[in-house]
Amino acid sequence: MPKTIVEDNIDILVAGAGLGGTGAAFEARYWGRDKKIVIAEKANIDRSGAVAQGLYAINCYMGTRFGENNPEDHVRYARIDLMGMVREDLLFDMARHVDSTVHQFEEWGLPIMRDPKSGTYMREGRWQIMIHGESYKPIVAEAAKKSADKVFNRICVTHLLMDDAKENRVAGAVGFNVRTGDYHVFKSKAVIVAAGGASNIFRPNSVGEGAGRVWYAPWSSGSAYGLMIEAGAKMTQMENRIVLARFKDGYGPVGAYFLHLKTYTQNCNGEEYESKWFPDLQKMVGKEYLDPELSHATHRPIPTCLRNHALISEVNAGRGPIHMVTMEAFQDPHLEEIGWHNFLGMTVGQAVLWAATDVNPKYENPELTTSEPYVMGSHATGSGAWCSGPEDVSPDEYFWGYNRMTTIEGLFGAGDAVGGTPHAFSSGSFTEGRLAAKAACKYIDDGKAEGIRISEEQIERRKNQIFKPMEHYKVYRNEMDEYAGGSTVNYMTNDKLLSIGLKKLKLLEEDLEKVAAENIHELLRAWELKHRHLASESVVQHTLFRKETRWPGYYYRGDALKLDDENWHVLTVSRRDPKTGEYTMEKAPCYHIVGEDE
Amino acid sequence: MPTFVYMTRCDGCGHCVDICPSDIMHIDKVTRRAYNIEPNMCWECYSCVKACPHNAIDVRGYADFAPLGHSVRVIRDEEKGVIAWRIKSRNGETDMNLLAPITTKPWGKHIPKLADAPEPSQEMRDSQLLYSEPKYIRMDDGDIHTLKSNGLTMKAGVAY
Ligand SMILES: Cc1cc2nc3c(=O)[nH]c(=O)nc-3n(C[C@H](O)[C@H](O)[C@H](O)COP(=O)(O)OP(=O)(O)OC[C@H]3O[C@@H](n4cnc5c(N)ncnc54)[C@H](O)[C@@H]3O)c2cc1C
Ligand code: SF4
Ligand code: SF4
Repeated sequence: MPKTIVEDNIDILVAGAGLGGTGAAFEARYWGRDKKIVIAEKANIDRSGAVAQGLYAINCYMGTRFGENNPEDHVRYARIDLMGMVREDLLFDMARHVDSTVHQFEEWGLPIMRDPKSGTYMREGRWQIMIHGESYKPIVAEAAKKSADKVFNRICVTHLLMDDAKENRVAGAVGFNVRTGDYHVFKSKAVIVAAGGASNIFRPNSVGEGAGRVWYAPWSSGSAYGLMIEAGAKMTQMENRIVLARFKDGYGPVGAYFLHLKTYTQNCNGEEYESKWFPDLQKMVGKEYLDPELSHATHRPIPTCLRNHALISEVNAGRGPIHMVTMEAFQDPHLEEIGWHNFLGMTVGQAVLWAATDVNPKYENPELTTSEPYVMGSHATGSGAWCSGPEDVSPDEYFWGYNRMTTIEGLFGAGDAVGGTPHAFSSGSFTEGRLAAKAACKYIDDGKAEGIRISEEQIERRKNQIFKPMEHYKVYRNEMDEYAGGSTVNYMTNDKLLSIGLKKLKLLEEDLEKVAAENIHELLRAWELKHRHLASESVVQHTLFRKETRWPGYYYRGDALKLDDENWHVLTVSRRDPKTGEYTMEKAPCYHIVGEDE
Repeated sequence: MPTFVYMTRCDGCGHCVDICPSDIMHIDKVTRRAYNIEPNMCWECYSCVKACPHNAIDVRGYADFAPLGHSVRVIRDEEKGVIAWRIKSRNGETDMNLLAPITTKPWGKHIPKLADAPEPSQEMRDSQLLYSEPKYIRMDDGDIHTLKSNGLTMKAGVAY
């Protein structure tokens, strides 16, 4: 049996240190001078998570100090982009703090581009600023290392530890070292889960050797969800998966292309196609959500899912592929350089693919396509845990004591882990980590973590569970694609399909008990699968529950093809009973931030 | 598009093993050289390529649909604070050199050690403020935004 290594008396354990986790570890030291702050991360925090290869833009920055935007402007933007379904208290809170995060990044040395004339940050769009962010992750990791007492790299966290003295209170986490195979036990008063979103929940478009070239990183194993769902935390908006329109096969980002390079899309005949799908689409979702004239007049964005819908429909009508018209912009050598830098800074694989296939966007318009769905909560979608908001903003239904605390006492979330907070992106995730850290320190200072007891039985039970795959033989198959609206079925599903999907996922769950690992590296993959499985089941349960098509272009319920505000202008909340595995679903009210006199 | 290692350049130092976020760069026990154990879990993030002191790692196309013959090479220098790229297409028509800064300050020197920052007051603890706020949020030295300060309220129901 593997060696057991116990780290005791931790105050704050950060599980997963990407952008959210590094923010949490950094800030925790300010509020918790004598507290023991520990990071457990499955990779190396210098290059881990979704920002491992860098970013070319910070997608969430208000610019309040330049008089650009107020937090509520961003809330309204996220609201319309997500067809109304967001946690506006959490969003407002993130947005009012995010600028201070970005200003610190600049002080730490992150190169942020400036507009030479106005002196403001160079805007890519209303919310995005441009950076030379190749070293974004090593820089924030440095900040986390300066604050943390200990950083445990290469620890895959598999389960949360629960208090044996008090029901529904967290007590730490366990996992294993993916190199030595040692069993690690972290006893902690509070835990901040920041283990990121989920790729490969749905079958990726690229298969075979190309399977790793996904949009969200292949190591985004849905662990934030797996850990919290397994422990019985409530989740929200798990049906709200995201599909992305990206450069074909390389998933190269399009934001800078649209916003900064001013490139645009057209069908195979060189025609604009988007607007002709809008009348039909308006019948599905209502004029309130899609009003091109209003959007034109007020710059209210057309929701991303609806633009996807137009792209998918145009291709289905036989007028694919959709091209990004780059040939005009790329004649300007400066813009051409930005176009390439944009890939090198965050999706090198697209540059590699174009170099390999002789695509030169100066002389040919590259193809765009829609991706397989992803489940995450910090980019342009909001799946994740149901968390308390800040005391001065949140209505009663959204508030139970500590900011960003889940429904389990002492368990906090940040970034992709937190539900209902789309459009936080890298800067917003780091900010959420900071908010969670302050709240977790307060939770401990208020004496809420007194008297935690962890039985030897619990520690042994988890150990046996973790290393079981080393003795077994079975492999994994993905059932999500056909039944829950993946790309091979054009994102279509319905009640029947979802029910079959659930049944198959149950079989899979049984098989996962027998999943085999020949070595420690495979043990890592086995636990990633188990976390993905838990996330998948939650996605199907939520999709089944919401009987409407809220986000055409992300997925369709064939048996309820319309948006239904009367019954479904609500947030979905689920809980999986940790003992029985049974799900309960509920609706939570959707609060909106409006003017005092509205 | 997975990584591969030029065996003659690799000395088995393990920097790539240490950094790969996917845990797929391993050292072959017999040859003592690094190799990618799971090409279909490689994101082409270039973390290992940038970390290799001998430029021994390169990235090729997917065997299933991208041809060979191109190259995208990189040198990252923390001391100088820059990263240099060279992109060559398969047919040689694209050949670009691109340079970008990776930091504006000496590496890591300007990140504060919060253990040494002045202790937050009780008032600060009870407020909604984070470290370095409100100064860092706004230029006008105003306080943090609240629903009240911005003339807002939260209302249940439908709003667009
Ligand atoms: C291709 C791409 C482009 C993007 N573009 C932009 C952009 O231009 N601008 C922008 O602002 N944002 C962008 N984003 C979004 C941004 O990267 C994310 O919003 C942000 O990184 C989310 O932070 P997080 O902490 O939730 O997750 P991550 O940063 O992914 O961190 C999760 C961490 O948890 C670790 N972990 C996972 N499982 C476990 C486990 N079981 N045990 C221990 N540790 C674990 C991971 O290794 C990782 O370190 C982009 C993302 C991608 C993928
Ligand atoms: S490119 Fe990234 S994922 Fe691929 S082997 Fe190197 S470090 Fe690992
Ligand atoms: S970093 Fe380079 S030299 Fe060192 S083991 Fe890896 S490939 Fe070999």
